[in-house]
Amino acid sequence: MRTLVLAIALAAFWLALSGHYTPFLLSIGILCVLITVLVAQRMSIVDKEGQPIELFAAAPAYWLWLFIEIAKSAWSVSLIILDPRLPISPTFTRVRASQKTAAGMATYANSITLTPGTITTGVTGDVFDVHALVKAGADDLEAGGMDRRICQFEGTATPTSERKA
Amino acid sequence: MEMIADAISWCLIVPGCFFLVTGALGLLRMPDVYTRMHAASVIETLGATLLVLGLIVQAGLTLVALKLVFVLALLFFFGPVASHALAQAALHADVKPVLAEDRRSRNLDSGPTGLAGSKEEPSP
Amino acid sequence: MFYVATGAVLAALMLAVIRAIRGPTVFDRVLASNTIGTLAILLLASYGFLTDRPEFLDIGLTYGLLNLIGTFAVLKFFRHGDLAHDIAEDQEKSRWK
Repeated sequence: MRTLVLAIALAAFWLALSGHYTPFLLSIGILCVLITVLVAQRMSIVDKEGQPIELFAAAPAYWLWLFIEIAKSAWSVSLIILDPRLPISPTFTRVRASQKTAAGMATYANSITLTPGTITTGVTGDVFDVHALVKAGADDLEAGGMDRRICQFEGTATPTSERKA
Repeated sequence: MEMIADAISWCLIVPGCFFLVTGALGLLRMPDVYTRMHAASVIETLGATLLVLGLIVQAGLTLVALKLVFVLALLFFFGPVASHALAQAALHADVKPVLAEDRRSRNLDSGPTGLAGSKEEPSP
Repeated sequence: MFYVATGAVLAALMLAVIRAIRGPTVFDRVLASNTIGTLAILLLASYGFLTDRPEFLDIGLTYGLLNLIGTFAVLKFFRHGDLAHDIAEDQEKSRWK
C-alpha cells in the first residue's frame, strides 16, 4: 500500500517536472520510479515514519492553521525588528511533546522552528529545547496550544505524557 | 479577469517584499546568532510564501504554478531542518546566546533531564 | 510588478551579504549563506517571470537542494573537522577510553 502510494507520487513528480511527454522520456521515468522504489524498499524506509499516509488527509487543514500562526508571529517579529529600541528578551526553555509517533514529533519540532520567533535547538527523548526571541513566545509554547493542535492532527486527541522515548 | 489577477498579485507580492527586506534588516540588527535565526525565518517563511503565491496567481493553472508549489514545499520542509542543524551546531560549539532568561532547567513534571542537542531529530 | 519583487529580493540579498561579510562567528556566515540561498531561489523565480522564461524555476529548485546539502556539509565540517565523520565511531572510541 505504502509502496504503491510512493510509486504513484514519484511518477506524478516526474510527469510534473518533466513537461515533455515523448515515449523515450516516459520510459526513462518509469525506470527511475522503479529503481527508486526498489532502493527505498531495500533501505526499508517505506514505513509509518517515512510514508505517513494516515496524515495526508488532515494535512491541508493543519497547514492552513500553521500558516495563520506563521503569519501572526512573523508580523510580531517584524514589528520587533523595525522597533528602534529592539525590544527582545531571548529565552531558552523546554517543552514536552505529547505526540505518540515520530512523524508527529517531527511535525511539532518543525512547526516550532517554522514559526518565526521560536526555534527548536535540541531533542532529548520527548523534551524539546526551544529558543524564543521574546519571553511571550516561550510562554505561549509552554501553554501548549500548538502541542494540542498537533496531537489532534496526529489523531491522538488526548495529550498524554506516557510516550515511550 | 486579468486585472483581478494583477490586483491579487500586487496584494501578495508587496507584503512579501516588505517581509523579505524586514527579515534581512533583522539579520543585520540582531545581537547574536540565535536571534538572527529568528529574523532569517521571517524571510524563509512568510516573505517567500507571499512572494511565491503572488507569482502563482500570475502563472495561473499551469506546470509553472506546480513548480512554484514545489519551491514552497522545498522551503517549508528543508528550511526548519537546516535551522535546527545550525542551532544545534552553534550550541555544540559553545556559542553563548544572549539571554534574558534561561528556563532550560524548569521542572517538567517528571521529564528526563539531558544535555541540549544530544540526540538527533527524526527527519521529516 | 516583477520589477518590484526582483528589486526587493536584491535589496534583501545585499543586507544578507553584509551580514555574511561581517561575521563574527562562522555560524553567522553559514546562516547568512543559507538565507542568501533562499533569496537566490526567489530571485531566480521572479527573474524568470520578469524575462518570461519560467525555466529558471528548475534551476531554482536544484539550487534549493544544493543549498541544503551545502549548509549541512559546512556545519558538519566545522563540528567534526571532517566530512566523513561517523558518530558511531566516536561512541566506540569513548567506550574504550
